[in-house]
Amino acid sequence: MQVSKFKDAGHLVRLAIAFAVVFLVFLLIRAHFIPKSFGQYGHYRGDALAELSSKPVSYAGHQACEDCHGNVVSMKTGGKHTGVNCEACHGTLAKHVDNPALVTPQLPDTALLCPSCHEANIAKPKNFPQVMSARHSGGAVCKSCHQPHSPLLQPGGEQS
Amino acid sequence: MMVPVDGFMYPNEVELAWSVLIVVYPYVTGLVAGAFILASLERIFHVTAVKPTYRLALLTALAFLLVAPMPLQLHLGHPERALEMYLTPNRGSAMAMFGFVYVWYLMAVLLLEIWLDFRREIVLLSQSTTGWKRLFYRALTLGSSNISEGALRVDDKVGWVITLIGIPSAFLLHGYVGFIFGSVKANPWWSTPLMPVVFIFSAMVSGIALVMLVYMAMMKIRRQPIDMRCVDTVAQYLLYTFIIDFALEMLDLIHRVYEADESFRSLDFMLHTRLFFSQVILQVVLGTVVPILTIGLIQIFNVPEKLRRLAYTVCGCLTLVGIFAMRWNVVIGGQLFSKSFLGYTTYKVDLISREGELIAAALLILPFLILAVLMKILPPWVEGEAARGA
Amino acid sequence: MITRRKLLMLLPAAALAWEYVLAGTPESAPGYNRNQHWWGMLLDIDKCIGCGSCVRACANENDVPEGYFRTWVERYHVSDWRQEVPQVDSPNGGKNGFPPSEAQGGKNFFVPKMCNHCVDSPCTQVCPVGATFHTPDSVVLVDDTYCLGCRYCIQACPYGCRFLHPIRRTAQKCTLCYHRITRGLTTACCENCPTGARQLADLKNPNDPIHEFLKTHSVQVLKPHLATGAKAFYHDLDGSVR
Repeated sequence: MQVSKFKDAGHLVRLAIAFAVVFLVFLLIRAHFIPKSFGQYGHYRGDALAELSSKPVSYAGHQACEDCHGNVVSMKTGGKHTGVNCEACHGTLAKHVDNPALVTPQLPDTALLCPSCHEANIAKPKNFPQVMSARHSGGAVCKSCHQPHSPLLQPGGEQS
Repeated sequence: MMVPVDGFMYPNEVELAWSVLIVVYPYVTGLVAGAFILASLERIFHVTAVKPTYRLALLTALAFLLVAPMPLQLHLGHPERALEMYLTPNRGSAMAMFGFVYVWYLMAVLLLEIWLDFRREIVLLSQSTTGWKRLFYRALTLGSSNISEGALRVDDKVGWVITLIGIPSAFLLHGYVGFIFGSVKANPWWSTPLMPVVFIFSAMVSGIALVMLVYMAMMKIRRQPIDMRCVDTVAQYLLYTFIIDFALEMLDLIHRVYEADESFRSLDFMLHTRLFFSQVILQVVLGTVVPILTIGLIQIFNVPEKLRRLAYTVCGCLTLVGIFAMRWNVVIGGQLFSKSFLGYTTYKVDLISREGELIAAALLILPFLILAVLMKILPPWVEGEAARGA
Repeated sequence: MITRRKLLMLLPAAALAWEYVLAGTPESAPGYNRNQHWWGMLLDIDKCIGCGSCVRACANENDVPEGYFRTWVERYHVSDWRQEVPQVDSPNGGKNGFPPSEAQGGKNFFVPKMCNHCVDSPCTQVCPVGATFHTPDSVVLVDDTYCLGCRYCIQACPYGCRFLHPIRRTAQKCTLCYHRITRGLTTACCENCPTGARQLADLKNPNDPIHEFLKTHSVQVLKPHLATGAKAFYHDLDGSVR
């Protein structure tokens, strides 16, 4: 009875073997294809941390500018634009820091640049200096009265 | 390419992340689960009246299950990396775990059950055919030609166990899809514990309707009489499932309206505007209320056979459209409103693109072609036997 | 505000870090120990002027494609006491600033938005393959070579900060300029913010003035009911902000 039962289940044994083979192949594929650094710090490819840390920077950071442009630093010190970093107006400068002689940054156009912060808008903080540029200077560009690195004018219109 | 936005949406929300292909996918897996549940009605619950649909239901489930990964592959930004889901699955991710549920269901449930049920025919065909067909069937036999009484009894017992395991597996297969949406706390249209349950019951409704339609169509094509006792019983089960499904959806709706939390105002507006046609008209009225009323009336009144067949055909079609609309309303609807609850975007489906309407239509037609091939390879009916299963 | 004393302290570290940047070393700056940092950001609504410098800076630093945003600025107009229905706009994410408001009266302010680098982030929870993750220094990043573009993380983020890169076809978002902060620099958005409305915070550094600010001032996070452990802290955030 026992023997014939086994005989009648032979096809199931073959099926089980087929499944086992497929499972083994799957395990082999896993061993081969899972990235080596996976799981190093958590459920992700550990190498990704180094890769993401090593991308090149576009903004050098104001510290790099101040190393060379000390005169601008002294002009800004104590003025209204002390906290405005260089690249906020002058754009990305990492390439220039890399090779100062070869890469010359273009000076920004104050007529376009200054209103981007100082154009009057009801949503800006009340104490933030803002003007309606169309009426403010009678057509003169900002730079003609304001020194961008220390823009506050004394009463009477002289540069502070 | 400006998409019309009403109100305010976070800038990255304007373009929908999940397209119509992600509507097709739960629709197809739902049909699989539903068809299988119908098959299990006979096998486990001994509803003998539906036996003529048993093998057909299994083959239908397989045809749709084979198509199920296709919309996903087409949708991925990097389909070539899809294997990663099996190599490094994130155990906390419902999507990752679904990959294994799919493989389990395909290999350990559906293929196994079909193989066991058709094994006798496979062995006979491996002996009666010639050429490459013979090779094919021989491969399917796995080298065993034992179709003795004892062996077939073993098959029957094991098949019964597989079907028993298959029922919760089918619930898991489609319940997981519901959970993929239901567990997203960022989206109040999706986030509800009812989501997996609603998905399962609407899946059952669509699957039962599908098999009913395919059965009637196949009998017409083969010029065999339709077993009305079978179809009447299938329609009854369709009705029962529909009532539960409708009750669940109404519960969700009533709950939302009553609690009226922060998202309600935004969702309500969306429902009355962008989703009105697909949700109210297609899903609820045409896709749920009309079939329930029609089949319900058939239970009360004595309706002649011809009219019943027509009613079942129309209701079956309306159901399939209605459940597709339901998937659309969940997936697309969940992306039409802003998570700021302050605005709405529009879904522009392309006609011809990797995730366009043509591809979606093709993916919905393809399972029927596969089913036709499957029916040729593994005939659900023995020639000469009129409208009976094996 | 960065004081001169702080600058002098940073000078040697930054110079050293810069050496390595110039040398093109793939590793982060020497001496950067991931376990010694826990990054966050302070966003001061009182100071934001909606200039959009941060949005432009981020796009420049990280090659963000046009029409998609790793950070953006919203403008709010709250006309009365009802907080649930503010009027909000964000033309091109605020990248080119904002046109004059049509609004009259009421409360008006700008709100910068970004990835909150959540400690219990729903996005890393749902990623099926581990392509997005939470680093030991508490930054949420995306492994661009591993992401398969399923977009589940984009759906799961409650703040709308993720997008699918149209060409690379992987999920992208703010990286907190990981390549900068691991070299002793600040993020591009903080570097370019003219008013100090955006400030990087190191919550494991006892001397960090921003960390000190968080401990002594009223701050809020977005959608606190979702318990994401968000680390983008807003100072003076109005209750209407979504």
